[in-house]
Amino acid sequence: MATKKTAVKMTAMDKVKLARDPKRPHLLDFLKYAASDFEELHGDRLVSDDRGLIAGFATIGTAKCLVLGHHKGATVEENLEANFGMANPDGYRKAMRLAKLAEKFHLPIVTFVDTPGAYPGDTAEARGQAEAIAKSLEFFSLLKTPVVVVVTGEGGSGGALAIAVGDRILMLENAVYSVISPEGCAGILWRDGAKAPEAAEALRITARDLKNLGVIDEIVPEPEGGAQKNHKAAALAVKKAVLAAIRELEKIPVDKLVSARYAKFRAMGNFY
Amino acid sequence: MAWFKKSETPAKIPPTKALWQVCPRCGSYIPKDEWKKNNAICLTCNYHGRLGARQRIAQLADDGSFAEVFREVSYSDHLDFHDASGSYKTKIDAVIAKSGEKESVVMGTAEMGGIPVMLGVMDFAFMGGSLGTGTGERIARACEQAIAENRPLVLCSASGGARMHEGILSLMQMAKTSAAVGRLKEAGLPYISVLTDPTTGGVSASFAMLGDLNITEPKALIGFAGRRVIENTIHQKLPPDFQSAEYLKTHGFIDKIVERKNLKPFIVKMLHYFGF
Repeated sequence: MATKKTAVKMTAMDKVKLARDPKRPHLLDFLKYAASDFEELHGDRLVSDDRGLIAGFATIGTAKCLVLGHHKGATVEENLEANFGMANPDGYRKAMRLAKLAEKFHLPIVTFVDTPGAYPGDTAEARGQAEAIAKSLEFFSLLKTPVVVVVTGEGGSGGALAIAVGDRILMLENAVYSVISPEGCAGILWRDGAKAPEAAEALRITARDLKNLGVIDEIVPEPEGGAQKNHKAAALAVKKAVLAAIRELEKIPVDKLVSARYAKFRAMGNFY
Repeated sequence: MAWFKKSETPAKIPPTKALWQVCPRCGSYIPKDEWKKNNAICLTCNYHGRLGARQRIAQLADDGSFAEVFREVSYSDHLDFHDASGSYKTKIDAVIAKSGEKESVVMGTAEMGGIPVMLGVMDFAFMGGSLGTGTGERIARACEQAIAENRPLVLCSASGGARMHEGILSLMQMAKTSAAVGRLKEAGLPYISVLTDPTTGGVSASFAMLGDLNITEPKALIGFAGRRVIENTIHQKLPPDFQSAEYLKTHGFIDKIVERKNLKPFIVKMLHYFGF
């Protein structure tokens, strides 16, 4: 865990930079150390196999589960193929297809959130990016199996939230999660993208902020200096937190689980 | 060197804003009183322009049947948000003082063709129709009241998306409202979503796209990402009809494009099919 001294010195924008660090562990790096098996499955059965969001069955410790998450890719070719982790509607529809399968066989689901946002392309619009995200939000709110969410890097707006409706929301210490990128917000409200550090502070996007706002349940500590310095230690911390969450959620009857999930999101932003 | 520089393009005489409405689709100048008389619809291209929430409610609800609910639910400045132009609180309090509304959606019980419904209408003039915590709360409460009272939900959207001044909790309203309409639909009640000009961002990517029926008006703008963001991503100019109501219908995301004058009878007819 980062020492108190370094944690105090970090601004919100420092965290944004860390969260985006290409050396930071991504989905497959986490699985390398946290899962003894990962069998990727492909396609939305409609249009394509999106590479920005990947999914498959995995064994994490003693838990068999479905893992799905954003995929940024490790090489330039993979980065381009995966749009740097910006999923297409096909990706969200693949996630829903496989989540339904997990529900059928009573398997818990673990999602890994790490995206700048949903892919803003013309084909993504033509295939209904808005509909895919909307459907995913509704779908996961009604799904009758435990869902554990881990925000590992960039939690970029609707493209992140689409796979972040779950029963337990975990977030890595240096991850960020926001309604809009600091640059985007600064461009609109400051009329100057260079004011991103100000916007990052104002938006309150760090794990600590989100815990205080009641949006996440737990902060997963990172190794000294950040997860990019030690993939294995970061992955093992995630494994421990995910397993504990799964074990706890499995004890809850599924109807109660779904009601509690509704109540959890229902309470967010109710000030009246 | 010339004594004076000749302007390269002759300066256009700006028409007095108070007298003319410029159609954002075809660029026609239409006298404001004509525009109003024609219900904010372009006489040249049939673009269905923006209506205030109260205006649209008057056109959809049976006379005298609308009873507003959840008016006490307003915005929340839980981040004490300040940007370059000042504080969120000052900005939105001014909008509230000017509009008389306290949130970007007006919600109420009403009758449509004698059928008791829950009717909500968003107003783009209120902070760009943005989805704040108060907006999300009103919509979630409406779904719950609709379930309790066995009412169909008719919700007209007009929004630029989430309200960033309310940070992550505004994003969470997408999840909250989608979960709430999901429950309403599971309860066997119809949800008719009317996506009006414009419905984009976090609103199109949540409750607005989740209708049992998704209907819209001619030439409404509906999409997820902004045109400029997409053009910068794909390094291409997009065609003019991109993200129009017609484009979305062609791609299979809209059940029907309905002219404003036919909107109420169409919704009532659909509710009759659903057994109401």
